[in-house]
Amino acid sequence: MSPLELLSAAFLFAGAAFCLAGTVGVLRFPDVYCRLHALTKVDNLGLGLVVVGLALRSSSWATALKLLLVWLFVLISSAFTCQLIARAALRRGAVPWGGRREP
Amino acid sequence: MDGLLDGCLALCLPLLAYLVLRTESLSQAVVLFVAFGLLSALGWARLEAPDIALVEAAVGTGLTGALLMHTLSWTEETPPDVRARARRRPWALLAMAALTLLLGWAVLALPADSPGLGLEVDARREDSGVKHPVTAVLLNFRGYDTLLEIAVLLVAALGARAVNPRSERASSEAAKDPLTGELFRMMTPALLLVAGYLVWVGDHGPGGAFQAGAILAGGGVVAILTSRMGTPRMSSLRVRWALLTGPLLFIGVAVAPLFSGGRLLEFPEKYAGTLIFIVEMALTVTIAMVLLMFFPGTRPPRTGRGSAR
Repeated sequence: MSPLELLSAAFLFAGAAFCLAGTVGVLRFPDVYCRLHALTKVDNLGLGLVVVGLALRSSSWATALKLLLVWLFVLISSAFTCQLIARAALRRGAVPWGGRREP
Repeated sequence: MDGLLDGCLALCLPLLAYLVLRTESLSQAVVLFVAFGLLSALGWARLEAPDIALVEAAVGTGLTGALLMHTLSWTEETPPDVRARARRRPWALLAMAALTLLLGWAVLALPADSPGLGLEVDARREDSGVKHPVTAVLLNFRGYDTLLEIAVLLVAALGARAVNPRSERASSEAAKDPLTGELFRMMTPALLLVAGYLVWVGDHGPGGAFQAGAILAGGGVVAILTSRMGTPRMSSLRVRWALLTGPLLFIGVAVAPLFSGGRLLEFPEKYAGTLIFIVEMALTVTIAMVLLMFFPGTRPPRTGRGSAR
């Protein structure tokens, strides 16, 4: 295994770990605002790491660039959807979690 | 490794399809349906049918998802009538089993390892004017089917408008919202670029008018949802022209050879590539407009707000 492949594997595993953490967050966090954090921050970092890992393995610069573009568009759309969903939730009167432990 | 991915897809697709039908809540069903569409696009890609994968992703998932999501804002969530459903279940199961058997038999009855018409298409591809076999079949060898398909789409757009004739203008108040405004500014150029690229690439790779039209319509949906554009009105002359460009141009190109002694839809070999490109451009506009005609405006204000949470 070449050093480049090892580096790529490290990035891929790190990305998978972040995605897993994000998914656990979506399932376990107490309210919609916290879940949005897990979905649009942690998962984006995970996707970014996966993209870097795949770009290291790609055969051409064009493929690597396309992969980075995919990440960029996911970043843009998730930044906007996060704000839009949070705003819609606030307007519908979803009360942000106050930090209490669940009984 | 590939087997692992394919196995996951083969397990997840029926499971998701079952969950879509099973779930009690409409909004959950819509989200599951979108997930199902994405995975089936992946499935088509794995089956080496990138053209269908693109259409499934753009139309089956993107636009249909947006349409269903939007329709949710028009509907009230009512608890389903579980008892009536249980009474229908045995018949549904029987019908499903019969259909599965029939489809399974049809698939097994197919000759194994048959290239179909692929070899003939490859042999005649030089004459079609394009390099991508799917485009060659859609717009040259079987142009007749595509022409009729466009006519069907046009009728569908008229039907959609007949069911819901409401249209609305862009509201200048909502357009001031910085969040959606920025979204519109960032997404629209990219979507226009992708649509243009897909028409161009249809000549020698997976792409073409249907995919490009769907992406263009996606841009239109973003514009409608961010209040930059009203929903298209049938009374508008521009909308009518956009709807008719594709069919009229296609019919013109189809009929033209009749006057010079040719047959219907017989493209002269020298100009076939150019003609197909022009027809595809026009079809893109029409398909995008047809798909936008399905998109209803926001729901008329309710008199008494229901139990929306």
